[in-house]
Amino acid sequence: MTAAALMLLLAPVSGPATGQSAQQPTQSGAGAAQEQTIEVVPETEIDRQVRDIASGLRCPICQGQSLQDSPSELAQQMRDVIRSRLEEGQTPDQVRDYFMGSYGEWILMEPRAKGFNLTVYVLPVLAVIVGALGLMMAARRWLVGAGAPLAGPTNVDESDPDLAAWEDLVPR
Amino acid sequence: MIRITGITAVSIALLVAIWGVIAAVLAATRRMPRLAESARSAVFATFALMTIANLSMIYGLITHDFSIGYVAQVGSRSTPLLFTVISLWSALEGSILFWGWILSAYSAVAIWVHGRRLGSLGLYANAVLLGIGAFFYLLLIGPANPFGLVSPTPIDGPGPNPLLQNHYLMAVHPPLLYLGYVGMSVPFAFAMGALLSGRLDDTWLRVTRRWTMVSWVFLSMAIIAGMWWSYDVLGWGGYWAWDPVENASFMPWLTATAFLHSSMVQERRNMLRFWNQSLITATFLLTILGTFLTRSGVLSSVHAFTEGTIGLFFLGFIALVLVFSLVLLTGRSTDLRRAGSLDDPLSRETVFLGNNLLFTAFTFTVLLGTLFPLVAEALRGVKVSVGAPFFNRMTVPLCVSLLFLVGVGPALPWRGGHRDQLKRSIMPPLAALLLIVALCFVIRVPSGWAIAAFGFAGFATVTNLQEYSRGVLARRRAHGESLPQALYRLMMANNRRYGGYLAHLGAVMVAVGITASSTYRTERQVTLNQGQSVEVGGYRVRFDELTGVQESNRYVIGAHLTAFDGTRDLGQLDPRLNFYNGRSDPVTTPSVRSRPANDLYLNLLAYEQDGSSATVSVIVEPLVFWIWVGGLVVALGGVIAALPPRRRLAPRRSRQPAAVEA
Amino acid sequence: MNWRRSMIGLAIALPVIALLAFGLTRDPAQIPSPLPGRAAPAFELAYMDSAADSVSLADLRGKVVVLNFWASWCLQCRVEHQDLSAAGTLYGPQGVRFFGVLFKDEPENGRRWIRMMGGQSYPSLTDYRLRTAIDYGVYGAPETFIIDQSGTVVHKEIGPITFAKLREVIDPLLEREATQ
Repeated sequence: MTAAALMLLLAPVSGPATGQSAQQPTQSGAGAAQEQTIEVVPETEIDRQVRDIASGLRCPICQGQSLQDSPSELAQQMRDVIRSRLEEGQTPDQVRDYFMGSYGEWILMEPRAKGFNLTVYVLPVLAVIVGALGLMMAARRWLVGAGAPLAGPTNVDESDPDLAAWEDLVPR
Repeated sequence: MIRITGITAVSIALLVAIWGVIAAVLAATRRMPRLAESARSAVFATFALMTIANLSMIYGLITHDFSIGYVAQVGSRSTPLLFTVISLWSALEGSILFWGWILSAYSAVAIWVHGRRLGSLGLYANAVLLGIGAFFYLLLIGPANPFGLVSPTPIDGPGPNPLLQNHYLMAVHPPLLYLGYVGMSVPFAFAMGALLSGRLDDTWLRVTRRWTMVSWVFLSMAIIAGMWWSYDVLGWGGYWAWDPVENASFMPWLTATAFLHSSMVQERRNMLRFWNQSLITATFLLTILGTFLTRSGVLSSVHAFTEGTIGLFFLGFIALVLVFSLVLLTGRSTDLRRAGSLDDPLSRETVFLGNNLLFTAFTFTVLLGTLFPLVAEALRGVKVSVGAPFFNRMTVPLCVSLLFLVGVGPALPWRGGHRDQLKRSIMPPLAALLLIVALCFVIRVPSGWAIAAFGFAGFATVTNLQEYSRGVLARRRAHGESLPQALYRLMMANNRRYGGYLAHLGAVMVAVGITASSTYRTERQVTLNQGQSVEVGGYRVRFDELTGVQESNRYVIGAHLTAFDGTRDLGQLDPRLNFYNGRSDPVTTPSVRSRPANDLYLNLLAYEQDGSSATVSVIVEPLVFWIWVGGLVVALGGVIAALPPRRRLAPRRSRQPAAVEA
Repeated sequence: MNWRRSMIGLAIALPVIALLAFGLTRDPAQIPSPLPGRAAPAFELAYMDSAADSVSLADLRGKVVVLNFWASWCLQCRVEHQDLSAAGTLYGPQGVRFFGVLFKDEPENGRRWIRMMGGQSYPSLTDYRLRTAIDYGVYGAPETFIIDQSGTVVHKEIGPITFAKLREVIDPLLEREATQ
């Protein structure tokens, strides 16, 4: 591709349609006549919602990136869709439902906690609980026969008897 | 010529490996010393042959011999020399060739050091190593053949994947990863050797512990390098996306870390033998599974190079290894099991048990999440995605709990300690914990998990440093050494322990870096006209101009932006978009200003063709710098811990012969 | 060696192998679409060759519509070009409306590609802001949607479509129309 063609390729993308926060170009202080500083308006609720929803949706042409993280053109346009739908008054759930209607459940970055999908959320927790219980039972068995509290220095590394003797001197 | 050399070397390596397996097994079962020698020589021979094959390929890449299939696939006359050499591992066939080389090298070292002294255990290990090698050599003359003939010879090639040409870390990440990954084959081989030979005492453990440690160091460095590369190259300001191949490298690291701890319990108390065997087996299996997942096209991933029949080969190999090792493990379990005993619930042993529980649960969670799309499709017929939000949600509690243990472990002695001793030594760390938590509430840290993480990090730092200070003070009092001398001698005399504490400190740094950068990340995406600025996270960023440069293999659009801290000019940043021939989407090169306090991260998303405006994303993330520093500290700690024990001034009371490493 | 115990090991290994084997039979790039069986999303798109004119889905009610998302950078699109053009020539006169929709590409590139491929038997449309592609859940090229006379999506093809497939889907629709 020639450079010119490449530039043309990107031309429609660089329009104002790309996702961004509110821009109100203002003149900064009296001295800075050349520069215009954009005051970053504290993030609007819409901005926050767009970011929130975009983080939870998958960029369809990327490898596992969310819409928020992906720099690709499709992701930028999809963020625009999120924004315009929110501005029209749709709820975040409605926006997500729209994308699921086009792309299927796969577009969500994590599975909905419903039905069979619950297993992926529950099993790890179960694993920790079951493991902990098992360990406690085993530990109880192992502790039977634990002798009287130890006398003498502890925390001794057998390979360094020198150190053991001297460690004893140090108040713990 | 090169082609023939390479393919012949690999083919002979395959035959030699098969012969070596047979010889080793026969030698072990029938006690035939000459066959034993032959089996050992087979290992050295495969190393020599794989060296020839790899050097041939490197030569072919450098001389741009496009008659060789792999060179035609990834080579290009316009690629700079460094990237030409490292394109050895930039695509599937070359990376398998490289893997085979490292495997043969590790096998040669392992057999050279241990092959003769361990009798049938050593011979079975020999057989397992050659067997694994044989699989990879088979791949190389079969579905992953890099030495295929391309006729007519092309004049030039497409060059390696542009994502792999953008950064020097690509020279470092795959070799480190393979050194770590492949290294796990050795402990596995000796573990299998123990099960097969019936020599179930902890001979195999003593032999393999250092191997696992070394491989673990490489794997840790590889993971950090991968994160760093991801951060510097991919443009989204993150370093870990829970992509399947990231998970594939992480899971063996988790089980290996668990093993490094629980093996200490086995050494001291002769318990957990079955568990340790299982951990090492799991580590190896996870490395093969990881390779399968990313090479076979089962899951789509950033790293998925190609699909095809290679998946079937890997499946067959996994099936074989899985059945073989699991049957052997469970079959021998009754012989392995020994009654365990614990002296005190408040002891280091208990902490290590907790450590293993958490690491195992962690591995299980990551594995489940990675495979769940497959399971869901198999059982429900629907495709679902399991991405970063899931993994972050489920693993944060585990990570914070582990951070807690990092603090508690060093504070509790082996076999338990006097209660008053413990009470006294816990004071400073506890004070640090409370202080930090209070501070977090004052500055209103937004997340409970973050507060816990910071608190435990402080706690762990104090307990680990306390161990150092106690040891150093003792030495100074005893020997009158200067501070640096005492520190050095302390670490060298007990390198395993103090290397471990150092690694803990590194891990704490990484944890703090990750916690801070994710909790306090600020980002904006905005379109700026020339001369316009935007303020993000305390910085002001001004767009100055756009440039376009034609390079040998790509066209580069750069945006020049200046960063300000108040009125102080911080310099220019230039994020770029790289357009490679034949690819529809450009590759981003973000521009990062990295400082210990925070990183200012700029990525160019779009631009106006006349250069009048640019769309950039500006991200400010605190403490990312400490993730990389912490990673290096972890690696340093691991290296120190892996050092061979020095001959001590006093006679050692250890039970093993001096020649075998601890 | 306790062989009975070792069966436990086998019992653990086999389901894992089965799962991985199943995984090999699946293509991670094939995402099942929720669209087939539902009303096709409305669109109004300008023609690539004359931007002033446009066509909307509502205009096409009563006709079978084939929407093919393609791009000049898409290698697989070359594979299906011949089949699509042939189908366009055959079915066009029978009232089936074929449209190409440019996906993430420029009209200039598209026109050059068509010239290079020897022409196209049906018009192409532009979808500059990718709104239609997003509505249809497009995540790559080529993707082809076949919409029946009542505006319902009856088939989505991911990857290059063949003449045989087109015939398989379109013929029954035309027969239904004929018998009504």
